[in-house]
Amino acid sequence: MSRALSPATPLAAVGRSVLGTLAMIGRVSRFAGETVSHLFRPPFYAREFLHALVQIGWLSLPVVGLTALFTGGALALQIYAGGARFNAESVVPSIVAIGMARELGPVLGGLMVAARVASSIAAEIGTMKVTEQIDALVTLSTNPMKYLTLPRVLAATLAVPVLVGVGDAIGIMGGWAVGVSRLDFNAAVYLKNTIDFLETWDVVSGLIKGAAFGFIVATMGCYYGMNSGRGAQGVGRATKSAVVAASVLILAANYVLTELFFTA
Amino acid sequence: MIELTDVHKSFGSKHVLRGVDLSIPKGTSMVIIGGSGTGKSVTLKCVLGLVRPDSGQITVDGNDVNTGDRDAFLARFGMLFQGGALFDSLPVWQNVAFRLLRGALKRPKAEAREIAIEKLRRVGLTPETADLFPAELSGGMQKRVGLARAIAAEPEIIFFDEPTTGLDPIMAGVINELIREIVTEMGATAMTITHDMSSVRAIADNVAMLHDGVIKWTGPVSRLDDSGDPYLDQFIHGRAEGPIEAVR
Ligand SMILES: Nc1ncnc2c1ncn2[C@@H]1O[C@H](COP(=O)(O)OP(=O)(O)OP(=O)(O)O)[C@@H](O)[C@H]1O
Ligand SMILES: [Mg+2]
Repeated sequence: MSRALSPATPLAAVGRSVLGTLAMIGRVSRFAGETVSHLFRPPFYAREFLHALVQIGWLSLPVVGLTALFTGGALALQIYAGGARFNAESVVPSIVAIGMARELGPVLGGLMVAARVASSIAAEIGTMKVTEQIDALVTLSTNPMKYLTLPRVLAATLAVPVLVGVGDAIGIMGGWAVGVSRLDFNAAVYLKNTIDFLETWDVVSGLIKGAAFGFIVATMGCYYGMNSGRGAQGVGRATKSAVVAASVLILAANYVLTELFFTA
Repeated sequence: MIELTDVHKSFGSKHVLRGVDLSIPKGTSMVIIGGSGTGKSVTLKCVLGLVRPDSGQITVDGNDVNTGDRDAFLARFGMLFQGGALFDSLPVWQNVAFRLLRGALKRPKAEAREIAIEKLRRVGLTPETADLFPAELSGGMQKRVGLARAIAAEPEIIFFDEPTTGLDPIMAGVINELIREIVTEMGATAMTITHDMSSVRAIADNVAMLHDGVIKWTGPVSRLDDSGDPYLDQFIHGRAEGPIEAVR
């Protein structure tokens, strides 16, 4: 009990949480590394992969599309209002396009996928863990990392960039619709400005971010699902942790990738 | 031959197994009895390598279960989980034929389905059950599907965790007979956990009683009634009074 009163207690708490975080990073990295290593070792479960592709890619389209549409529209309004302060309203098309492609498309798309997919993966795998289905897989000579994790991670890594690309287009279209209907832009001029100013790298960098975010989302969903505690409470906690961790990691990775891509 | 030597396992501060010694000769049927929460299921999972013991040794035919080729090792096993553990994303027949649809034992879909339906019939389920999903079945039906899955690939070693719990007496009889058949006809080695004393008598060659983390008594089923062991006597007669405390 005397330890609880010692002046070093706050320091010890900080130390503990730092150590805990580092250990966590180590475990997640190992998990991710093991997942990737299964990519190079058969057998592969093609059906599981296709199923995951539909679940993660196709069924996320509406959410990602709506997010992009409204974001593009709001972005156009904001940039118009901001640009008006120094008579630069004409930058709306190019800034909307660059902002969507480089930053908002991948980040908001990634976060929406995190909410939708990390949670459902964690809940599904967590429930399988709690009801001994993961143990059953092992006894049936099927590696859960190959059968459950790899298909989902691979599907998300491939599908999220496509979602981001579609989201970019829809977001730019949202900006265009607002620009033309509310801000008196000429429809053809707006489009021409967009196309003239948008560079390939603006789009490609966003797609690469999307792939990284997809990987993060599925990996966190699988990691927390596989390590779910017992009972319904354990699954609930796993689901929550997966979404939180995926979201924070997406924002952190976004910063790191932006630094890498655009400050050289 | 399965051998457990001085196996210990704790979960946190809970010391569940405290030195389990047990051996199951090839081609015999061992039944494990013991109070709820004494670690029977954990013992089976230790043998399968699903739970790693803290200390002690477990060998199958002389080979340590936690080393060597896990795939080849597990291919010899079938396991019925206490909760059934059916894959709820797959229809019943694909659950039963899981092993036959992928991996080393893979065969054509139609053949796998036929085998699945035959196994379902053996556990008293009609072919119509094959296309339902596990969530559409009753508890006892799920259990029997789990049993069908465990025996589908005709494993050499089969573990049954409470195969008759939740079944009506007639169905329990059918399942007992099936397990007995698998051991005598297919020459499989079986390890069964059950709380049902009529099952014990129907299935067992040998019986082991787990209590307080150790095997309190083990012997042939014929000695069950005149063992002279107060723990075993209390257990098989279901008496509230005796050396085993009712609150554990
Ligand atoms: N994964 C786990 N984590 C923590 N504790 C566990 C775990 N698995 C089992 N236990 C504990 O180990 C003890 C033995 O569990 P086990 O499932 O082996 O009991 P059992 O003998 O099969 O009981 P029952 O007859 O009720 O099925 C229990 O007290 C349980 O709480
Ligand atoms: Mg049990």
